[in-house]
Amino acid sequence: MLANRKLILAHFWLAFGVFGIALTLGAWQMFIRSPIGTWLSNPELYYRSLTAHGTVMGYVFPTLVAMGFGYAISESALEQRLVGVRWAWTGFWLIVIGSIMAVIPIAMGRASVLYTFYPPLIGNVFYYFGVVLVVVGSWIWVALMSINLRVWRKAHPGAPVPLAMFANVAGSYLWAWTAVGAALELLLQIIPVAAGLKNTIDAGLARVFFSWTLHAIVYFWLVPTYIAYYTLVPRAIGGRIYSDTMARISFILFLVVAMPIGMHHTFADPQVGAGFKFIHSAFTALVALPTLLTVFTICASVEIAARLRGGRGMFGWIRALPWDNPMLLALAFSFVMLGFGGAGGLINMSYQLDASIHNTQWITGHFHLIFGGAIVIMYFAIAYDLWPHLTGRELFDVRLIRTQLWLWFIGMIVTTFPWHWVGILGMPRRMAYFDFGDPAIAPQALSVTFSAIGGFILLTSGILFLVVLARGMRAPQADAGPYRFAIAVHQPATVPIALNTHALWVALMIGLTLTNYGYPILTLALTEGTSVPAVYVGAQ
Amino acid sequence: MSAEETHGNGSASAEVAARVERRWATIAVIIIVAMALLAAFAGIHRATMPQPRVETTDPSRIHLSGEFVESNLGSVLEANGNVTVRAIGQQYSFTPACIVVPVDTPITLRATSADVVHGILVQGTNINTMLVPGYVSEQLMRFTRTGDYLMPCQEFCSFGHEGMWGKVRVIDKTEFADRAKGGGRLSCVGQ
Repeated sequence: MLANRKLILAHFWLAFGVFGIALTLGAWQMFIRSPIGTWLSNPELYYRSLTAHGTVMGYVFPTLVAMGFGYAISESALEQRLVGVRWAWTGFWLIVIGSIMAVIPIAMGRASVLYTFYPPLIGNVFYYFGVVLVVVGSWIWVALMSINLRVWRKAHPGAPVPLAMFANVAGSYLWAWTAVGAALELLLQIIPVAAGLKNTIDAGLARVFFSWTLHAIVYFWLVPTYIAYYTLVPRAIGGRIYSDTMARISFILFLVVAMPIGMHHTFADPQVGAGFKFIHSAFTALVALPTLLTVFTICASVEIAARLRGGRGMFGWIRALPWDNPMLLALAFSFVMLGFGGAGGLINMSYQLDASIHNTQWITGHFHLIFGGAIVIMYFAIAYDLWPHLTGRELFDVRLIRTQLWLWFIGMIVTTFPWHWVGILGMPRRMAYFDFGDPAIAPQALSVTFSAIGGFILLTSGILFLVVLARGMRAPQADAGPYRFAIAVHQPATVPIALNTHALWVALMIGLTLTNYGYPILTLALTEGTSVPAVYVGAQ
Repeated sequence: MSAEETHGNGSASAEVAARVERRWATIAVIIIVAMALLAAFAGIHRATMPQPRVETTDPSRIHLSGEFVESNLGSVLEANGNVTVRAIGQQYSFTPACIVVPVDTPITLRATSADVVHGILVQGTNINTMLVPGYVSEQLMRFTRTGDYLMPCQEFCSFGHEGMWGKVRVIDKTEFADRAKGGGRLSCVGQ
């Protein structure tokens, strides 16, 4: 039962449209900095492109996917018409206006500050206003998800909240709170300077505020993917969720421990002491737990499907899986990339190992593997799965879908593995070009070339993805039936209140954030004489 | 009403599921605790840890007075045989652009930024620190072989970032001691 299909389609089309543009920019960047391209006469163009790529891929694209998918979950899992449709459209248009407002100064070269802002570099004030509008638009979605769940609870007192909606609301709360860090940085520090009301800024404090957002935002990107793992994959391949409880615990753990860990991004920074760095490192280790639980539960769920299809033996069941099913293919690719990316993540979060790879191309490789790889490939799968329900037409290009998923997987591996390697060699990130004529840099030329080729494989895959969706809009009509989510082997009749509500966990999330960030932020804010003159981008 | 009651003969399989889950969760927790303990051990016992103290400096005055005035930048041989290197990063270069240090000697790098956020990374080593304006970065270093190392800026510092490459020249101990005889601050200049 999807009553507001136009609303959901609008979110997805805008998400994938801007994704296509940002992907093209990404491939161009790879080409221009590799030995197969020629140096830009104006390297500043590279940073414009990088700012646009990062801003779209980091803020606009995943937020729109989470919102569109969230509305779909709210309507279909709760079997209830969306409450607050007019507000939902308001949020959507705020994001459209915000994106346009941000992209104009970027294109003019007045906001080349990359998507993590980098004070005391200060871009045009409209860039920051644009980002704020995108976030405010998404906060409307957070409120709507919460309200819709509340309406449903009133109608179904005491009943277990469907897993997909429970996870969706947890993800929306995670987003609402993690965005506060960057919001404080923008409102208290950056925008007053960008608007010309102040001309100094504490760069160290700004980096701490941003780290509040910068890591938990990854888990917000991850939540739709994990919802797909738990509630779409088993259904699509004819299995069951191994454990409904384990799924709820995983999402709760993300909500609680994803937040207070961002300072591992500042291990090499001089403005944070060693004590808080260690605490954040230990907490980051903890956030591996929900992923390890999920890997287990999903493998077990997939095994159930295989055994139902007649699979036998310790590993023989793997052969019995429906490997031509796009959802399974996407899951397998996603898990492989999550495995490599996660292993790299354990190195990044390590108090000591981080020094070998901090701010090198390794980091770029790591988060492209996790976000661009493991997460985005499931966004594709979600779109493929939902499309017939949104358009009322069948997606018949199954072979093209498989090719697209294969290309994305291969492209991501070819792009990111060489990045990890040159990162270990000490290649810094965010460089418009490298002097491959320098004998010390020349050996890295081959790896950089491979990455650029990977970038074009990814671009090809992205184009195929858009083609499949566009063709799906014109396919013959077919009734896809109601949109369903997987059910558990032991579907709970009742759920303990702690696993059915979010209040306790939101309180813990806020409490832990305040203990892990409160003291460092207060100390930095009270330290005198650390504010430095702003450096305005594009000013003559 | 429990899951077992609703599923009748499903209770045996529910027990198996719960047991297997518990085992997996235990393994996961053990992995995480082991990682945290390893980090604590390496930090406390081997004293490998990120910069412990927070020190501030006023970037608008570093050119005029204090330890980062231009005449004080570069390498200096301390009385105890250790070496201290002072450097600053600015758009788009390091001062000194080439740092000279002796091999097999404990070195303390003290650095800061004169304008925006920069970073110092020495290729082929674990030397890697941020330079945030307003704050002093301190890093201990020790090189085990002589030669030239590339030292790029690893943090985006605006349009000239890609051109910001410094160098570290690691030379023989006695040669360094010779050059340091007259006192003063050393860099690669004159070599």
